[in-house]
Amino acid sequence: MLRFNMMLLLVLVVCALAVVTSQHRGRKLFQALEQEQERARQLDVEYGQLQLEMSTWATHPRIEQIARDRLHMVAPDALGRVVRAPAEVRKGGR
Amino acid sequence: MVVRRPQRGHRYTESPVLQLALQGWRSRTVGLLLMLAFLALVGRSFYLQVIHNDFLQEKGDSRYRRDIEISASRGKIVDRHGDMLAVSTPMKSIWAIPGDARTMSTPQKRQLAELLDLSVRELDGKLASEKTFTYVKRQVPPETAERIAAQKFPGVHQEKEYRRFYPTGDMTAHIVGFTGVDDKGLEGVELAFQNSLLGRPGSRTVIRDRRGNIVEDVGATKPPQDGKDIHLALDSKIQYLAYSHLKAAVEANKARAGGAVVIDARSGEILALANWPTYNPNNREHLSGAQLRNRAITDTYEPGSVMKPFTAALALERGKVRIDTVIDCAPGRLTIGSATISDAHKHGALTVAEVIQKSSNVGTVKMALGFQPKEMWEMYDRLGFGQAPNLGFPGEVNGRLRPWKNWRPIEQATMSYGHGIAVSLIQMARAYTVFARDGELMPLSLTRIEETPPHGMRIFSPQTVREVRIMLEMAVQPGGTAPKARVAGYRVGGKTGTAHKLEGGVYARKYIGSFVGLAPISDPRLVVAVMIDEPSGTSYYGGDVAGPAFSQIMGGALRTLGVAPDAPLQVAEVAAGKGRL
Repeated sequence: MLRFNMMLLLVLVVCALAVVTSQHRGRKLFQALEQEQERARQLDVEYGQLQLEMSTWATHPRIEQIARDRLHMVAPDALGRVVRAPAEVRKGGR
Repeated sequence: MVVRRPQRGHRYTESPVLQLALQGWRSRTVGLLLMLAFLALVGRSFYLQVIHNDFLQEKGDSRYRRDIEISASRGKIVDRHGDMLAVSTPMKSIWAIPGDARTMSTPQKRQLAELLDLSVRELDGKLASEKTFTYVKRQVPPETAERIAAQKFPGVHQEKEYRRFYPTGDMTAHIVGFTGVDDKGLEGVELAFQNSLLGRPGSRTVIRDRRGNIVEDVGATKPPQDGKDIHLALDSKIQYLAYSHLKAAVEANKARAGGAVVIDARSGEILALANWPTYNPNNREHLSGAQLRNRAITDTYEPGSVMKPFTAALALERGKVRIDTVIDCAPGRLTIGSATISDAHKHGALTVAEVIQKSSNVGTVKMALGFQPKEMWEMYDRLGFGQAPNLGFPGEVNGRLRPWKNWRPIEQATMSYGHGIAVSLIQMARAYTVFARDGELMPLSLTRIEETPPHGMRIFSPQTVREVRIMLEMAVQPGGTAPKARVAGYRVGGKTGTAHKLEGGVYARKYIGSFVGLAPISDPRLVVAVMIDEPSGTSYYGGDVAGPAFSQIMGGALRTLGVAPDAPLQVAEVAAGKGRL
């Protein structure tokens, strides 16, 4: 009887230690998860900022200005414009 | 071994001490005292565990539990292709507890002021406050905020906030609107869709360890709800066309202001809405009311001749005239009661189509006088005049359409050519969707329509509308009022309007020139309305001031949408031979 009780006590101690370790490991993992989530949030913010930057560079007034001033492009007048395939034109709209 | 026995022997089980006779109350008193002490302990623990539990639990939790707020961002506003029109990005606000912050050394203060782009005196001014909280600077870029945090200035703290950016700037300022510092919509779509755009912050309760790391989630977490993105019907390319050509037209005509609207007649979506003057929503210093006004929606004007096609359509619809019925417009004047209506240019006998083409007031009035006031009023009412267009846009106006019971004949006459009735540009553009859609009036939409577009409300029969479209096309051809509104490659139609402005109830020698039209005539897709306020250049006629802008906007928009040209080639060549349209 005594031996059985001692064995139970041993099992209890082992279990208690296991609980402590797994709790600790759980917290470590949780922290790692937390850090990754924070990184994800930061990347998200950066993505937003880059999108903003892109749309600022790609505004239509800027594109038109560069096309006209730097690349010396002009809009074709009616004579220079030949429409061959209306079907393709319809698809071409962006 | 000799065992000495006591004389009076006793057994081990009896103690002689216990046999002493003590007074019974002593043991009872001790027992009672012990009992009382025990009761006191029970009472105390009951008090701590049950009565005072909440407070103590809270104190205990506060040693390691933290409630943290998870911020949610405001939704984006994007155009129909997903191009950004308004987007929030996180910033920091720098705040201070002035009492603590005043302990900074002078070099520290100088450093902080430099980082924040303030003068030391400005900084001292903010820290002189007696309050326990003061903003030092708001909307500081995150990089700067990090450098400030690294310096660990005493009493200086940071808080996350968002700043709204508008990449398209002044081009879309009126339709998109803007927000205040606290992320609250103040104008335009930002205000109209405030509830959907607004993010709802979440919260979570966590356990932090000694180093401030989060080690465990406890209790319920409330996930943050980011604001919904709003997909506008706007096409930023067409918007840019409308904006730049409107601006050019206002400047070329030395006008005070202007507005332009582009509507997709198939769905009722607003593809572009531009106003001039405008402002930069990213930098809103020195704003004036004139810049802020979204004229196309919030201002009314007397449209003038742009109204005439409706009068003609009603006359056709009621069978009072046919398209080739001849109306005598000589001698270019008509007297009704004490008032005289005259034409800008004298005409002789004109057909109904020519009355619209040449914009004869006399001819239109002769058609209009055949109606009951009630039927004319009903038509205007059904076309949406006198009622807000229901876009959900802040500051939409109803316009003015007086009840028919009080109409005098002269009023009915002037209304037929667009005087004595006030509309907004967006109402006018919407009303023209009936000519673009075989007689159906479309409800307008600011946002992109995902499913099948709603049904319109039938006002005229398809036959009537086809005839009106012929008249509208004649107006932009040689002999019409707006040859400058033609578009190379497409058949277009429209109507000019040149109206005197009302100032203090009197018609002034100031004008509003406008043009509303549709294209391509063979299968109308777009309605474009352009309005130029107080042109003071060489001409003030709608065909001259608003016509060229209409042509540029319509031509560009049709090409952007990839609409197939429907004009015979030689028309384009003839037009090109005459120079730029």
